[in-house]
Amino acid sequence: FLGAGGGNDIQWCFSQVKGAVDDDVAEADIISTVEFNHSGELLATGDKGGRVVIFQQEQENKTQSHSRGEYNVYSTFQSHEPEFDYLKSLEIEEKINKIRWLPQKNAAQFLLSTNDKTIKLWKISERDKRPEGYNLKEEDGRYRDPTTVTTLRVPVFRPMDLMVEASPRRIFANAHTYHINSISINSDYETYLSADDLRINLWHLEITDRSFNIVDIKPANMEELTEVITAAEFHPNSCNTFVYSSSKGTIRLCDMRASALCDRHSKLFEEPEDPSNRSFFSEIISSISDVKFSHSGRYMMTRDYLSVKIWDLNMENRPVETYQVHEYLRSKLCSLYENDCIFDKFECCWNGSDRQLNCYCLPFPPLCSIVMTGSYNNFFRMFDRNTKRDITLEASRENNKPRTVLKPRKVCASGKRKKDEISVDSLDFNKKILHTAWHPKENIIAVATTNNLYIFQDKMN
Amino acid sequence: QGTQEKETVTPERAEEAKLKAKYPNLGQKPGGSDFLMKRLQKGQKYFDSGDYNMAKAKVKNKQLPSAGPDKNLVTGDHIPTPQDLPQRKSSLVTSKLAG
Repeated sequence: FLGAGGGNDIQWCFSQVKGAVDDDVAEADIISTVEFNHSGELLATGDKGGRVVIFQQEQENKTQSHSRGEYNVYSTFQSHEPEFDYLKSLEIEEKINKIRWLPQKNAAQFLLSTNDKTIKLWKISERDKRPEGYNLKEEDGRYRDPTTVTTLRVPVFRPMDLMVEASPRRIFANAHTYHINSISINSDYETYLSADDLRINLWHLEITDRSFNIVDIKPANMEELTEVITAAEFHPNSCNTFVYSSSKGTIRLCDMRASALCDRHSKLFEEPEDPSNRSFFSEIISSISDVKFSHSGRYMMTRDYLSVKIWDLNMENRPVETYQVHEYLRSKLCSLYENDCIFDKFECCWNGSDRQLNCYCLPFPPLCSIVMTGSYNNFFRMFDRNTKRDITLEASRENNKPRTVLKPRKVCASGKRKKDEISVDSLDFNKKILHTAWHPKENIIAVATTNNLYIFQDKMN
Repeated sequence: QGTQEKETVTPERAEEAKLKAKYPNLGQKPGGSDFLMKRLQKGQKYFDSGDYNMAKAKVKNKQLPSAGPDKNLVTGDHIPTPQDLPQRKSSLVTSKLAG
């Protein structure tokens, strides 16, 4: 396994856990998205109740060299509310599907959050001073009787306890007939895309009353519908390029310079299927639940029900690497279909940067490429693309001793179960890790269980 | 030992056989339009004013005309009245992650 030895292997330790301990989970508390900002100083979560909670990393203390700063609550606000579209008899959930941060341009922080129908741009700003010494108002806000004012003074700013305020600056509404699954900010930092089941729209961050439709896969006759859009993302460097994945396991790369409506892809990524292996489940498990470009933009990663695939943008006919997340579930598909777990949408993420920054003994930091994704029983998996080693870890309150390296887990698919292994039938399918995030610069990861957020970091020697 | 008479069944195919044994009327199109249509219709609530008024009448305990031989089939029964609808208030409580 990763962590079993070797100089460069990361040794993951528990750092923090956020959220309630009780087993009775209120639906509103179910975490639906997790995202670090570009510096990694802020970590945002969204939940089914439409709320956003932002954590901020403490500044590193020179005396506490054994650990990096902890994440504490910085701001929390209600981003979306439940709505009912009376015209369409449609209930609109307040669940936050995605959060994406804008790069920081000034003192304030900005993020986009979206539910099924509406995207909002939120400004999060700090206030640490307030004006005092008004002439017409008392300090508590009551108005003074003007006849009692005999002298004039100039109000001054005085320090106050830090207050973090979140305000919605833009509301991008009424552009999606179907349910939004993705938002992605362009590398131009001026535009972004939003994707629903059948369409993708392009927005300008400043303009809310207009949006360009750039992909439309709705058939003229809905009876002919065979696939839907499951995820979309802009290329990290080319502002004209984006990809979108489908429920049939394909990824299309589109170039906005080619035409206004990118219905014809520039590239189509699809792994040929062995027809003799086809079953009722084939299409369902091939549906891609997440797509993420690598930092260089040369590769992209997709997650389907059982695996993670790495694609080279220069090769359309098959992935360059395939990693099995939980292959032992292939012989459980019948019950996973019956309990709807087969439709769970797992996300995936790359490690923070293509180079491992905490390895200072070499003239150049070595290439480090690890991908991470979640599974059941509160397990999550990491695959090191260079060493080809993988590891399974568990997000559990039982492992919460800081600086103690997490013990790798192993699932026993069949046959005699070894000590410390867990059999497939003992897995808790209600404990799913769908959302994970990796700090952009350091080896710190955020892993969301149903209603708790775990933060792990590598052991600093 | 001789040659194998049966083809080895892949785990997926074995699971498919299990599912078809349980649900023989399962749709012919594997993973096709049915799932997609269900996905697209998420959140759709149907309202029929006739059913709504029938249910309202029931709530008021009025005598309804007998439905004939199919007395057990009451269409108005599972259409929610305003009292039955769960309150869709926004979460006024702060997230427990911030606690």
